[in-house]
Amino acid sequence: MGALIADTLQGPKIQWFALSPVLVLLGGALVLLVASALTPQWPKRAYASFTAAVGTAVVVLGFFLWHNIDTHGPSKLVANSLQFDKMTVWVTITIAVAVVLASFVTDDYLRREGLDGPEVYALYMLAAIGGVVMGAANDLIVLFLGLEILSISLYVLAASHRKRIKSQESGIKYFVLGGFSSAFFLYGIALIYGGAGSTNFTNIVGQFNAVVQTTRHNDALVLAGVAFVIVGLAFKVSAVPFHFWAPDVYEGAPTPVTAFMASAAKAAAFAAMLRVLLDALPHWSADYRPVIWVLAAITVVGGSVMAVVQTNVKRMLAFSSVSHAGFMLVGVEAAAHQAGQVAQGNGRPSVLLYTLVYSVLVIGTFGVVTAVSRTGDGATDLGAFRGLGRNRPFLAMGMTILLLAQAGVPLTSGFVAKFGVIRAAVEEHSYAIAIIAMLAAVIAAFLYLRIMISMWIAEPEAGDDQREPVRLPALLVTAIGLSVAFTLVVGFFPNLLIKLAP
Amino acid sequence: MNFPILTMLVLVPAVGAVIVALISNRQPDVVKITALLVSVLTAGMSLWVLFAFKKGNPGFQFVSEHMWIRSWGISWHLGIDGISLFMVVLTGILFPLVIVGVDPHHDHKRYLSWMLLLQAGVMGSFISLDLFLFFVFFEIVLVPMYFLIGGWGYDQRIYAATKFFLFTMTGSAFMLVGIIATAVIAKADNGKVTFDLIKIAEHGSFAAGTGRWLFFAFAVAFAVKVPLFPLHTWLPDAHTQAPTGGSVILAGVMLKLGTYGLLRFGVYLFPEAAVWARPVLLTLATIGIIWGAIAATMQTDLKRLVAYSSVAHLGFIVLGTFALTTEAVTGGVMQNVNHGISTGALFLLVGMIYERRHTREISQLKGLQKVAPIFAGVFMLVMLSSIGVPGLNGFVGEFLVLIGSFATSRWWVVVAATGVILAALYLLWAYQRVFHGEPDDDNRSFAEIRWKEGMLLLPFLAIIVFTGVYPKPMLDRIQPSVKVLIQHVEQHSTWHAPAVQGGEG
Repeated sequence: MGALIADTLQGPKIQWFALSPVLVLLGGALVLLVASALTPQWPKRAYASFTAAVGTAVVVLGFFLWHNIDTHGPSKLVANSLQFDKMTVWVTITIAVAVVLASFVTDDYLRREGLDGPEVYALYMLAAIGGVVMGAANDLIVLFLGLEILSISLYVLAASHRKRIKSQESGIKYFVLGGFSSAFFLYGIALIYGGAGSTNFTNIVGQFNAVVQTTRHNDALVLAGVAFVIVGLAFKVSAVPFHFWAPDVYEGAPTPVTAFMASAAKAAAFAAMLRVLLDALPHWSADYRPVIWVLAAITVVGGSVMAVVQTNVKRMLAFSSVSHAGFMLVGVEAAAHQAGQVAQGNGRPSVLLYTLVYSVLVIGTFGVVTAVSRTGDGATDLGAFRGLGRNRPFLAMGMTILLLAQAGVPLTSGFVAKFGVIRAAVEEHSYAIAIIAMLAAVIAAFLYLRIMISMWIAEPEAGDDQREPVRLPALLVTAIGLSVAFTLVVGFFPNLLIKLAP
Repeated sequence: MNFPILTMLVLVPAVGAVIVALISNRQPDVVKITALLVSVLTAGMSLWVLFAFKKGNPGFQFVSEHMWIRSWGISWHLGIDGISLFMVVLTGILFPLVIVGVDPHHDHKRYLSWMLLLQAGVMGSFISLDLFLFFVFFEIVLVPMYFLIGGWGYDQRIYAATKFFLFTMTGSAFMLVGIIATAVIAKADNGKVTFDLIKIAEHGSFAAGTGRWLFFAFAVAFAVKVPLFPLHTWLPDAHTQAPTGGSVILAGVMLKLGTYGLLRFGVYLFPEAAVWARPVLLTLATIGIIWGAIAATMQTDLKRLVAYSSVAHLGFIVLGTFALTTEAVTGGVMQNVNHGISTGALFLLVGMIYERRHTREISQLKGLQKVAPIFAGVFMLVMLSSIGVPGLNGFVGEFLVLIGSFATSRWWVVVAATGVILAALYLLWAYQRVFHGEPDDDNRSFAEIRWKEGMLLLPFLAIIVFTGVYPKPMLDRIQPSVKVLIQHVEQHSTWHAPAVQGGEG
C-alpha cells in the first residue's frame, strides 16, 4: 500500500538543513505556545529570553548557512519553490535580529501594561517565518503565503494591547487595508499567471520568449499583473500614496510591536519586492522602473514633509519610516536598471544593507519610545521627551545617536545605508532621484532635530516633576545598547557589512 | 614609520571629548582641566606642525594614508600643504583660548565635550585628502555646533540652530551626490573607484559638461558654508544667537571650511568648471561684499553687525579665490586666517560687553571710552585690523586680494574696493556710538578690562600686529602651494593667469 502511494505521489526533496531557520522558528513558536499553556505564568523575562534564544539560534544557523552557500553555491529548494542564496540568509538574519531585539523591548513593556504572556512572542516568531519565506520565495504563490503569514500575525500583534482602544482600532484598520492590498497582490499574481503561464519565477523568466512574446495579449495581461503586484507591495512597504495605514497603525499598536513592524515587516516586504521585481519580472523592468522612480520620489518627499508636521513621536517615526522606505525604493530603482543582468550592480546589496541597518536602528529608537511612553503607553507626544537629557542622560544620548543615524549623519550606520543607495543610484546615472532623496533627508532631519530639542534644550514646564519617572529595565537597556553599539560600529567600520551584502 | 601627527590632531580632541563626557558631573574642575589639557595638547601639536613644515615644499606634508572602507575605495588619507597649514594652526590655537576664556555659565561638561568634538571635526575637515573622509568631517561638525548654539545660545537659539543645521545640510545633500558621482565617473581614469582627492584631481578627466555639474554640486555646499550671497541668511541668526565661544569658532574656523573647500575641492578638482563659473562666483562675492557692508551699517545689534561684516569679509576671500592669480589666492588664504583672528577677537569683545551690560544694542551703549579706556583701545586695534588698516594683518590679505584680482577681474575689484570704505564706515560709526560721548548712568559702571580677559586677548593682538608688520613667514609657506594650484588650473583649462608686477608681497 505504501509502495503504491509512493509511486503515484512523488513528494519533492526537502533540504532540511537549508530550511532550518523556518523550522526553528516554527518549533520555537509551537513549544512556547504549548508549554506555556500547560504551565503556570513563567517567571519574569522567561518568555522574552526564550524568544531571544530562538532568534539567536536562527542567527547562528544563518552563519552556518552562509558558509554553506560560500562553499556549495546557491540552490533552489522544495521543488524549485524557494531560493537558497545569500539574500535568503541575509533576510533571515535581519528578521531574526529583529525578533531578538523586539522581544527584549517587549519584555518589561508587557509586565508594565499588565499583559504578560507568551502570545506576543509566539506571534513574533510566526511573523518571522512569513518574512523569511517572503525573502526566500521563488514562486509567487509561496511568496503570497509568506506575506499572509506575516500580515495575519501583524494584524493580531497590532491589536494585542487589550486595554487600549487605539490598539484595537489600529489592528482593525491594518486588517482591512492589509486585506485589501493582499487582494490586489493576489489578483496581480493571477494575471501574471494568465499571461506567463506560471507562478514560478524561473518559469516566468524562462517562458518570456516562448509564451509572452509570441502570444498576442499575453504581454498586456502580465503588465496589468505587474501593476497590481506593485500596488500590493507598495502597500506593504508603506510607499506614498499607499502609506495611509502606517501612521495610524504605528501610533495605535503597542510600541514594541511598532518596532517589530518597522523592522522585520519592512525588511521582509522589501525582500519580497526585490524578489518579485528582479527575480520574477526582470523582462518588464523597463516598464516598472519609471513607476518605482515616481514611487521613490514621492515617498521620500511625502514621508519627510508629513513627518515634520506631526506632534506625536510615534506618528513622526511612522512617517520617517515612510521616508526611509523611499530611500530603499531609490535602491530598488537602481537595482531595476540591472534586472536580469549577470552583473547585478549595487542596487540589490544597497537595499538589503539598508533594511538590516534600518531594522536595528528603528528598534532601538522605538525602544527609547517604549521607555518614555510610560505606563499606559500613552505618553508619546513630543512633550514626553522633555527633560530626558537631564533626567536620563545616557538614554537621551543613545536616542540622539539613533536619531542622528536616522538623519544620515556620518559615522553612523544610517549614513552608510544612505550612502549605499545613493551610490547605487548614481552608478546607474539616476542623479535626479539621488538629489531628491538627499534633499528629502534634509527635511526629515528637521524632525529628528525636534525630538533632540525636546530632549536636550526645551525648558522644563510646570507638571514635569509629577510625571512618572522613565524606568529603564535591564532587557530594554540591552536592546537599546546593542542597537546603539551596532549603529556606531557599522558607522566607523562599514566595510564589515558592506563586503557581505549580497 | 613617522609619528602620525595628523591622525593625532583629530584623535586627541575626539577622544578628549569622550573622556570629558564620561567624567562625573560632580567634578566640574576635573572636567575643565581635562578639556583644557586636551585642547592645549592639540594646540601644541598644531604648532609643532607649523614649525616642522618645510616651507619650500608645495606638496602635501605629514601624509598619512590607510585603507578605511576597502569595498568603496575610501581611505584615511590626511595631509597638509600651505593652503591648509594655517587653518590647522588657527584651529589648534583658537579652541584652547575659547575653552579657557569664555564661560558658558551652565553645563560645563557637555559644553566642553561638544567643543572638543567640534575641534576634531574642523581639524579633520582641513586635513582630509579623501572626498568621503572630508564629507564625514564636514557633516559631523554640524552636530556639536548645533548643540552649542541650541544649548548655550540666546533667546532665539533653537530657531537659529535649526536654520543653521538645515541650510548646511541642504548644501551637503548636493555635495554628497557630487562626491559619489565624481568618484564613479573618475573610475574610468583610475581603473577602480577611489575617493582619493589627489588621484581624482591628477588623473580624472571630466567632460566639460559633467565637470560643471559636479563643480556646481560642490559649490552649493561651500557657498552655504561661506556663506555666499544669497545663501547667507543663516549666518546672522546663527552668529547672533550663538554663545560667545560658538561665535568665535563659527567665524574663526567654521566659515573657512567653505572658502577652503571652494579652493581644495572646487578649483583643484574641477579647474575647467571653476574657470567657467568665475563670473558668477565673482559677482556673488562682490554682491556679498557690498550687501554685507550695507546690512552691517544698518544693524542696531553689535553682534549682528559683526556677523554681517563677516559676510563682507568672506566675499573678499571668494573674490581672491576666483580671481585665480597666485597673489589673489594667496591673499584669500591669508585672509582666511586674518578674518578668523580679527572677527574672533571682535566676537570676544562683544561677548565681554554683553557680560557687563547684558545688552548688545548699540543705542544702549555710550561713552565706554571714558570709563574703560584700555578696553576701548583693544577694541579699536581689533576693529582697525578688521577694517584693513596698513600695519595690521587685515591689510596684507585684503591688499593682496585686490591687487592680485585687478588684472583678471578688474570691474569686480572696482566695485569690491568700495567695500573697504564701507567697512571703515560701519565699524567706525559703531565705535563712535558705543565708545565716544559721555557715559550715561547705565554705562558709568562699565568695568575696565580684567586680567583674565587681557591674557585671553593678548595672543589675538600679538598675531594681528605681527602678521601686519611681518607677513613674510606666512606668505612663504602659503605661496608655493598656491602657485602649484594655479599651474594645475592652467594645465587643465584654457586659463592663463597673468603675472602681477610687484605682487611678490
